[in-house]
Parts: sequence; structure tokens; C-alpha cells
Amino acid sequence: MSTVLQARELTRHYSVSRGLFKPAALVQALNGVSFSLQAGKTLAVVGESGCGKSTLARALTLIEEPSSGSLQIAGREVTGASHTERKQLRRDVQMVFQNPYASLNPRQKIGDQLAEPLLINTHLSRAERREKVQAMMQQVGLRPEHYQRYPHMFSGGQRQRIALARAMMLQPQVLVADEPTSALDVSIQAQVLNLFMDLQEQYQTGYVFISHNLAVVRHVADDVLVMYLGRPVEMGPAEALYARPLHPYTRALLSATPAIHPDPDKPRMKISGELPNPLNPPSGCAFHKRCPHADERCRSERPELRLIDTRQVACHHVERIVD
Amino acid sequence: MSLLDIRNLSVRFGAADAVPVVDGLDLSVEKGEVLAIVGESGSGKSVTMMALMGLIDAPGIVQADCMQFDNTDMLRLKGRQRRRIVGKDLSMVFQDPMTALNPSYTVGFQIEEVLHQHLGLKGKAARARALELLERVEIPGAASRLDAYPHQLSGGMSQRVAIAMAIAAEPKLLIADEPTTALDVTIQAQIMELLLDLQRDQGMALVLITHDLAVVAETAQRVCVMYAGQAVELGQVPTLFDAPSHPYTEALLKAIPEHSAGARRLATLPGIVPGRYDRPQGCLLSPRCPYVQPRCRDERPTLDAHERGAARCFFPLVPTTEVA
Repeated sequence: MSTVLQARELTRHYSVSRGLFKPAALVQALNGVSFSLQAGKTLAVVGESGCGKSTLARALTLIEEPSSGSLQIAGREVTGASHTERKQLRRDVQMVFQNPYASLNPRQKIGDQLAEPLLINTHLSRAERREKVQAMMQQVGLRPEHYQRYPHMFSGGQRQRIALARAMMLQPQVLVADEPTSALDVSIQAQVLNLFMDLQEQYQTGYVFISHNLAVVRHVADDVLVMYLGRPVEMGPAEALYARPLHPYTRALLSATPAIHPDPDKPRMKISGELPNPLNPPSGCAFHKRCPHADERCRSERPELRLIDTRQVACHHVERIVD
Repeated sequence: MSLLDIRNLSVRFGAADAVPVVDGLDLSVEKGEVLAIVGESGSGKSVTMMALMGLIDAPGIVQADCMQFDNTDMLRLKGRQRRRIVGKDLSMVFQDPMTALNPSYTVGFQIEEVLHQHLGLKGKAARARALELLERVEIPGAASRLDAYPHQLSGGMSQRVAIAMAIAAEPKLLIADEPTTALDVTIQAQIMELLLDLQRDQGMALVLITHDLAVVAETAQRVCVMYAGQAVELGQVPTLFDAPSHPYTEALLKAIPEHSAGARRLATLPGIVPGRYDRPQGCLLSPRCPYVQPRCRDERPTLDAHERGAARCFFPLVPTTEVA
């Protein structure tokens, strides 16, 4: 199995102006994220708003240059690549956005939108492009007559199918999906998730699936990366992580997620407060102000990721917390 | 006598013969109970509550046989009388806290306005009560937040302020329309706990409008499932979740990833909710229903009571002994 995406210590900092006479502040939106993704597998990135999930998506899809760290797509290095090389690399990473109402061009016919990636990146003739588009449309459950229609004529679920079809047109190695189903109703979400799984099975695409919905993540993910305030706090195989979450933040997230048939064994843990201000992050462990297990060491010393069982966890007290 | 009693409510937009957005809805809420209204977008759950609050303007048409709240006929109320009840005995928390608050005034001012309008409190008394309310909704450093503007607060904090305003006059019924949809999951848990706390403390009834069945399972006592403007199933929690009797409820539950743990594919309901031009002649679910019979395509079923609740189906599902 081949590695399609490898990130090492990816970091993205933004400098934020605080006014004319004040020095600019630094927001560490993404800090030291490392992972690798195999073909046909799904890595889910989980966290609350402001944790850096979308910044990660923008770095992976070459929309933004990381401040430091390295990124390899299908074995080719992204950092330091020339303009032409980057154009080549972009073919292999495609993206599906959260809001299908905003990610499709309202003035372009569906057929033309789906053909555009082929027009830009290949030398296929018009007839060949049309044929490929029709084939893809059928695959995602759109009818041939939809070719001539505009986005406003479709429902949210259908639009997300179109967005997914457009992303898959070039058969990318990696698909980054940023909250692809959170704007959809439950029954439609199920249809779209099934489509994601079918396409992955067929094309062996590696998915980076960004979501805040832990129930959805459990269904799609092979590996899960939990982030808090720009840093990874726990990463490992989905099954193990759900069965026995190690980091207090992961435990809090799982405990806060409502369930139809609540698991009596699920960790009951309530956390108070909200995400701290990223302009002024707390010292030591970023989670210590909300963590019920925090002590003096958490306030002063930042925990590094370390390997426990099959997982990487950034917490000083895993052994004490988890029985 | 129920606190709220709605019978045969229909809401249409445009012509009097337009397709109803809410179609013959019967609903009652008892004092102090938590009722959840569940449905997908466009099922009419928000419009129902807006009709009750009198928030539907022309070209919207609200018709009902009965709409009684606390022994007052809400249908016949005119502006001034309605304002005496809405915001006091009957109040609402909206989905998006960022747009529910007025950006031009401090949160203290906005809470004091409610206290002044409905309880006649002024000056120091109003400010003291506003502070109490902010403390009640667990806003840290409440005293310093009285003079904050909504843009200085996070989403979760704004929702707490909106809740403080809604409970300021100790309502008998609080309607929460997707109160946590715009919030993160840890904040969602905090807000739901706060709402239930308030509901128990003040003995108020809570109507929770949501699309999230898992939230309902953990909070509500009774559920009304809506589909395309109609109530399709009424039942108690957790009975309804263990043994749904309407095929739509069953399909909704199966579509949740939690249900299909371990499976690669989720169970789905094919197709989409009918629009105004493709409304079927028979049961509204008939084009999507896996158990459809010829009778379902010709006739509209009514909401019929059975031993576990009520379902709008000719062939309600019978609970099986096997564990779903």
C-alpha cells in the first residue's frame, strides 16, 4: 500500500495586526502536525471551531503555504516546489467544501463545471470530456439531463454530490473533505456518506475527512487526529480511540456527543469553559484551564506527543487518568 | 387542561389553496414537560412555533381550529395583547445567537429592556436582576459582561445571554429552536444541561425544536416527529427510539451512523422530501417508503393513536422481540 500524503511538523502561523502602534500578534493556527495517509484509507481530523482543522485543510490542498514543516503528496515534496510543479501536484489533491450552496458557480452549467478540471489539466477533446463527465455523473447518482442544469435547480444533497463528482473528475490521490455533510439533513447525510465510501472503494483515494461530528467520524475513519488550539492532542486508529480515549479532551468530546442509545460505559466527563483566546494561549498544556485533571506541571510544561499503545497522546497524566 | 393546545393548525404561504407548509397539526404541551419536535429541513417544525408566536406575516396564512396557550386564544389576539404574553409567559430562543441579539446595545441593556417591558423593573433593580440572570446562565465574570456588546462574546456566551433574556420574565413555556446547532459539541452539552436545569428549577415547559435525534434521546420526555408539514409520529422517550412505529421514524434512526456501527454503508431512505409540485396524492412518505402498499398511494392516512403513542400510517410497524 502506498503513502499518498505525508505531513511532518506542519505549522502555519498568522500575524495579526492589533492596531497602529502595537506590535503584531502571532496566531499559531497550526502547530507541529505530523501524519501519513495510505491510499484507500481515511484520516479524520476532529476538533471544535478554532482548533486549526480548516487551516490544515488549506495547507494540504496547497491553498496556503505552511510556515514550516514538510508535506509530501504521493512521494513528491511540496515545500519548495516551483510554480509548475505545484500545478502538477494540485491535480492530486482535491477538496470538497462544507457548503455546497457556496462552492458551486451559480452561473455555470453543471456539465461545464464538471468538465472544467479536465479542460485545465488534460488535453482531452470536447467529446471525450463530455463522455467522462457523463460517466461520473451516473456514478454519483445524477441523471444525464442534469448536465444542462444550473446549481440552484438542485437540493443540498444533490449539490454535494456534484461537488464530490467535480473533486473526483481527475481521480486524485487525496481528497480533503471539510465538513462535507454538516449542512445536510440526516437522511441525506447517510446517502452522501455512502457515496463517499463507494467512490473511495473504487478509486482507492486517500481521504482527509474533517468533521466535528464524532458519530460520523466513527463511521468513516480508519485513523483519527484530535486537535485542540492548533496542536494535535491524540492520534491513532479509530477503533481503539473510540473504545478507550486517552487524552482528557478526547474523553470530553466523546462524553459530550449525544447518542440515541447512550453507552453505559462511556466516559462521563463534563468540561466547563470555552476554547482559550488563540492570541494569548495558556502556558503549558493548552487544555489545562478546562481539564479536571490539571496540576502544576500542566500549567508550566507543555506535553509532547508520546506513544502509548498504538496511539500518540499529548498529556502528562494519561497513566493516572485512564484506568 | 394542557398549557398549550393546538388543533388542526395549517400554515400556507401565498394563495389560500397553496400547498400547506404545516398541514393539520395537533399538538399539546403539558405544564413542565419537555417536548421535542424533530424533523428535517422544510418539515414545518419552526413554522409551527412561529405561528404560535404570531411571527407569520402576510402572505403567510395561519388557520387553526384551536390555539390555546394558558387559557388564552392566541388566534384572536391583537398586537398589544399579544406582546403582553409573548416574551413573558411564552418566550423563544433562536438558532443563531449572533443574529438574535441586537449588535448596537449592550447585553445588560437588552436584558433590562425585557425586565422593564414585562415586569416594570427600572434602574438599579433592573440591573441587579439582569446580573442575577447572567449569573444564573453561568456566564463567568457576569458583572463585567453586563456592559459587553454581543460582538465581544463567543457563540456559546451569546446563546447564554439569549437564554437569560428568554427566561427573564419566568416564562411558562420556552421554545428553543435549534438552540445548539450553531455551537460546538462541548458547548452544546453545556447549553442543553443549562436549559434542562432551568426547566426543572422553574417548572417551565420546554419545546425543543431540533433535527438531531441524539439530542432528543438524551433530553426530551415526549417527541413529535414531523415530515413534510405533518406530524407522523408521537411517542414517549425512549419507547419511540427503541420501537418506532412509523417507517419514517425508523428510517431516520437507521440513517444515523451510530445505528450502523461496523457496517461500511449506512441504511438510507431513497429520494428527497416532496416539494410543492410533487406532493403525492396518498401518504406523503409513499414514494420513499420501503413498506409501501397500494392503499398508501391512493389515500392519506390519519394520525391514529395506538398503545405506545400515535402514528400516521396505515400499516404501523409492530415492535419485534429481536434487538434492533
